[in-house]
Amino acid sequence: MVAWPRPDDGVVPPTRMAEVTVDRGPTTGAGRGMVRLPRALHPGAWWLWALGLATAASHTTNPLPLALLVAVAALVVVRRRGDAPWALAFRMYVWLGAVIVAMRVVFRVVFGGGQGEHVLLRLPEIPLPEWAAGIRLFGPVAAEQVLGGLYDGLRLATMLICLGAANALANPKRLLKAVPGALYAVGTAVVVALSVAPQVVESVLRVRRARRLRGAPGRGMRALRAIALPVLADALDRSLALAASMDSRGYGRTAAVPAGQRAVTGALVLGGLVGVCAGTYGLLDATGPDRLGLPMLLAGLAAAVAGMLLAGRRIRRSRYRPDRWRPAELLVAGCGVTAAALTMLAGAVDPEPLYPPVSPLTWPELTPLVLLAVAAAALPAWLAPPPPLTRTARPPSAPTGVTAAEAVRAAVPPTRVPGGRA
Amino acid sequence: MIRFDRVTVRYPDNGPAPLRDVTLRVEEGELCLVAGRTGAGKSTLLRAINGLVPHFTGGTLHGTVTVDGRDTRTHPPRDLADVVGVVGQDPLSGFVTDTVEEELAYGMEQLALPPTVMRKRVEETLDLLGIADLRNRPLRTLSGGQQQRVAIGAVLTTHPRVLVLDEPTSALDPTAAEDVLATITRLVHDLGVTVVLAEHRLERVVQYADRLLYLPGDGRVVDGPPAEVLADVNLVPPLVELGRLAGWTPLPLSVRDARRQATELRQRLARATPSWPPPATEPATALSARRIVVRHPGTVAVAGVDLDLHTGQIVALMGRNGSGKSSLLWAVQGSGPRQGGAVTVFGPTGAVDPRRLPAHQARRHVGLVPQTPGDLLYLETVDAECHQADRETGVPAGTCRALLDQLAPGLPGDRHPRDLSEGQRLALALAVQLTAAPPVVLLDEPTRGLDYDAKRRFASLVRGLAAAGRSVVVATHDVELVAALADRVIVMAEGEIVADGATAEVMLASPAFAPQVAKVLAPAPWLTVEQVAAALGAAREPA
Repeated sequence: MVAWPRPDDGVVPPTRMAEVTVDRGPTTGAGRGMVRLPRALHPGAWWLWALGLATAASHTTNPLPLALLVAVAALVVVRRRGDAPWALAFRMYVWLGAVIVAMRVVFRVVFGGGQGEHVLLRLPEIPLPEWAAGIRLFGPVAAEQVLGGLYDGLRLATMLICLGAANALANPKRLLKAVPGALYAVGTAVVVALSVAPQVVESVLRVRRARRLRGAPGRGMRALRAIALPVLADALDRSLALAASMDSRGYGRTAAVPAGQRAVTGALVLGGLVGVCAGTYGLLDATGPDRLGLPMLLAGLAAAVAGMLLAGRRIRRSRYRPDRWRPAELLVAGCGVTAAALTMLAGAVDPEPLYPPVSPLTWPELTPLVLLAVAAAALPAWLAPPPPLTRTARPPSAPTGVTAAEAVRAAVPPTRVPGGRA
Repeated sequence: MIRFDRVTVRYPDNGPAPLRDVTLRVEEGELCLVAGRTGAGKSTLLRAINGLVPHFTGGTLHGTVTVDGRDTRTHPPRDLADVVGVVGQDPLSGFVTDTVEEELAYGMEQLALPPTVMRKRVEETLDLLGIADLRNRPLRTLSGGQQQRVAIGAVLTTHPRVLVLDEPTSALDPTAAEDVLATITRLVHDLGVTVVLAEHRLERVVQYADRLLYLPGDGRVVDGPPAEVLADVNLVPPLVELGRLAGWTPLPLSVRDARRQATELRQRLARATPSWPPPATEPATALSARRIVVRHPGTVAVAGVDLDLHTGQIVALMGRNGSGKSSLLWAVQGSGPRQGGAVTVFGPTGAVDPRRLPAHQARRHVGLVPQTPGDLLYLETVDAECHQADRETGVPAGTCRALLDQLAPGLPGDRHPRDLSEGQRLALALAVQLTAAPPVVLLDEPTRGLDYDAKRRFASLVRGLAAAGRSVVVATHDVELVAALADRVIVMAEGEIVADGATAEVMLASPAFAPQVAKVLAPAPWLTVEQVAAALGAAREPA
């Protein structure tokens, strides 16, 4: 039997080795004294962590913990993101967050209301007709008003940035792969759509270029038809070829399922997902009724899981190198949940510091519980294993150096093929 | 292994049946080559093996097809996935996932193999096909040859006992095609996989084949050892043609066989010299390009190339996939990007740079037929396309149709362009472009998917264009076509011209570009069977 190389041997580039040996997990029970190999964390763990942070952020308008949460998210992203294209998306979310804060403040200034004693500057007020009573355009701008907008915007921005962190840390496609068996077909459709989109763009560009060869301009109604038809024909050909390929490679080998059971699983899964959505809303929105929160979330989750288990049992399919829940995953997810729980606890103990009043103006304060929550949120920067770097040294356009002669030479020694069929 | 028992296939369009009463057996471990004209039913035969015909394509199949004892009537393609692996012409359109490793695992996931087995087989297959260094690469960034090897690997991981390949090398440059074919023969010899392979360029594979299935186009399948079947078929590689001319039996299928039989022929030809077309006396320059630079994001496609084209000359542009051939042609025509350099066309209205002209003027100076000629066509019928071409160009009605009748006589005018064969579609696109009467004609890989017959017609068509005083550039991978057609060969690599000279000079200089006849008769500079035939005829006459 040929000794196959350890799976991760080839993946660790020399530059990472230094970090691997340095980066021990002193606080993890499982990793104590052991070198942690770079690996990608289960995307679900990152999402749970990020949702925990978002939940924590939703329970406060205090700018200090909010800013700390953004800093924590940024720290973890910088330390634990890979080098794939989606990992660079974090910056975009930060920008988006900044835009949200700016919009909130601008709105408060424009439709101010002007409550507050500390007037920063006086803008000329635009008089509005009778029916628009209650709305004021411009007028005096008070510090309280700007601060209120800032706090509000910062909360929303922080939640968004936390989700952005999850997007940067976890491969969106791997998350799709981790969907339960019952949703496998949906996952496949999304993956196929994602890979077809660039092909369609490519063929639009190609046909548009070809249009110029016939001396026709690339714009206008007529050009649209001349471009759309070949592109559509091309896309149809491709999808037929893809469907034929998937069919001949065994896609859709499922056991027969009776119609009644299919209906039950469908209802369970859909109803469960609706419940999960409603529950999450209830949990995140502090003003919602209490019974919409945790109980709804748990009930929905239970229904969805039951439905998926039922449906998944019918599917004969296995997964290649599935992401598994290991101690590191549990720790990371646990950090997120802890952060959320501590913030909620802080709110229950003393809600005052979490919602600092803007009038009268007070300096926001940090309580030890909130600080603890932020610290828990930051732990994955050290607890999570370092990400593998997938980048290969070879530039994508370089052709293989294998010539025909080399290939033939390589073919000559009768290599033993392990695992050959009996 | 594979049994066809009185199989007849009909499609609902009431056309002639592509397969009629076919009975054949392919035994375990055979490499079986399927040959025939375009549209003769090769794909139908191949797709019937794993049940895509008729489960996927529609139509009716009479008789029975069994593979490894399983009847395709009761087993749709997905239930044969563990026995038959199918690889198509365009690997990219068959990929389901987006990285090499996941693609290799996809088929096994569908068959529900245990994860440990999958892990092991992926590693084995990566090594078997020599693609281990590509494991994390996105599939779209691979070269054509690499993609095709990944596609083969992706079906091999399920350990199929039959491998069906539909023209796996038609889009590849000669070297990449050799790689893929070497891989296939290695599978046959090392793993004992039964391979059924369709291929237009017989010269590449016929030497490896144990059996040849020839489809004459009337629904029959002629079945036998390659040398026997080829003896009375008009669809033959140059080597067999040479063998027939010299009267060798059995007909040689590999260069090695032919060379061993050719000692006597080489002596007979020792005193003769190949006849070359007389070089045109002081050919006028039709187009002159200086220091052309084309950059695509991340790469330099063309790096400061000088190019002169002469009237009445046929130039072949060769080089591996991605060496900058297409970019150069598009830049010269003026429609593609060009970051530097100058192009001058000495056309009917004096010297101009086509890039500075509006598109409808530029095509009167340089005409380009792109790699997929179908991109140029968007109307419902052939006649509508011809009328549109006349109107666009502002020439008398009927000009385009007259050109088309010269190129491909008798093309029905009410046919949809997508229903035409590859060769007919190429002729239509060429006629549309020639309507503008450009003095320079550029053809980007026109011979993809053309059979020997269509290629022969295409060659005479191009010769006609050159004889009419046009300058023609043909970008192609087809060595035999270049040997028979071109006056001059330009080889590109990494965006630069690495060789430029008379056909014989360039082609005889390297084994990668040498046609079969040259390999058999080396060191004498013979390129084509026609030259040898002419020389032998001349030698016989005075005797």
